[in-house]
Amino acid sequence: MAEFSLPANSKVKKGKTHKAPEGATNVRNFHVYRWNEEDGENPHVDTYEVDMDKCGPMVLDALIKIKDEEDSTLTFRRSCREGVCGSCAMNVDGTNTLACTKSCDDVAGDVHINPLPHMDVVKDLVVDMSNFYAQYASIEPWMKTKTPTPANKERLQSHEDREKLDGLYECILCACCSTSCPSYWWNSDKYLGPAVLLQSYRWLADSRDEFTGERLDELEDPFRLYRCHTIMNCANTCPKGLNPAKAIADIKKLMVERQG
Amino acid sequence: MRTDLGKVRGLGSAKGGTSHWWAQRVTAIGLVPLTVWFIVSLAALTGADHPTMVAWISNPFVTVLLSLFIISGFYHLKLGGQVIIEDYVHQDGVKLVSLLLLKFATLAVGLASFVALLKISFGS
Repeated sequence: MAEFSLPANSKVKKGKTHKAPEGATNVRNFHVYRWNEEDGENPHVDTYEVDMDKCGPMVLDALIKIKDEEDSTLTFRRSCREGVCGSCAMNVDGTNTLACTKSCDDVAGDVHINPLPHMDVVKDLVVDMSNFYAQYASIEPWMKTKTPTPANKERLQSHEDREKLDGLYECILCACCSTSCPSYWWNSDKYLGPAVLLQSYRWLADSRDEFTGERLDELEDPFRLYRCHTIMNCANTCPKGLNPAKAIADIKKLMVERQG
Repeated sequence: MRTDLGKVRGLGSAKGGTSHWWAQRVTAIGLVPLTVWFIVSLAALTGADHPTMVAWISNPFVTVLLSLFIISGFYHLKLGGQVIIEDYVHQDGVKLVSLLLLKFATLAVGLASFVALLKISFGS
């Protein structure tokens, strides 16, 4: 059965509190999930007091300040700090988002930070993305054609056809949507999940790609595609404002269309 | 030792699932007016005696609509129940048994309802 309660060694305990330095003027509490395979302990939530008068505006700024000044063992991924790399995807205040584009001011009260839900944790806020990336690789996310590459010129596309990729090409594969999806929680071994299906539709919708039929063949499966039950968490959580649920609905429309 | 991509590619695509999904949508759409009609009719017949009910069911239009309601309702139940079991039940043995039970139960109860309807409609 799907598991609805955590196993004993995964129960989250209360952790340490790291005080803000003396003279802090505008203290805010950050409750951060911690887990380290090497210490053999249960996961716990540490509380960090952060002086917001000496901190940047985004959640990622606070995490970096904590790591620099309060606790260098805190582990998280980050790179671009401007919402294009997708590294700092995590659950902030109950919703998956990018820590670098999430303003602390948008969170009421204490800030609760957890790793992406239902993923294997490597350490603290770092989760194992191997399956997610393998699923992305499985849809062969590159242009595939029978027609040879035109000599000395590009493959042409009309402005109208190019517009069909808007709302798809912007996806940065941060996995916020897939890890917010209950269907993906229960069946991520077989269900491709919203992010990978949106990426798949990005190639189905590309007028230059000639392998639409083969791509649909690969997706037409009770688990790979049809585990989507239009729960819509994906569209709700996407930090780039995209709508994976619509892309999945469009794939289903193509499936029905080719059956007649 | 299997690679992540090997696990994801797994047994390959089933090349199916569209007809199951589409049948679930079609029965859902059909059931909307049928359910409304069924509830409104029963509400109008509140307190009716046995002969009145039998006469209502025996009306050919009512018999056809009730047949559609029973067939599409139980078919929809079978399709939806199968998806729920596949979503939540992950032990192979339990999954197989629950899927079989679901299929037998929906077919048996659906057929029993349909036969009962015909017997009433055609006067046993």
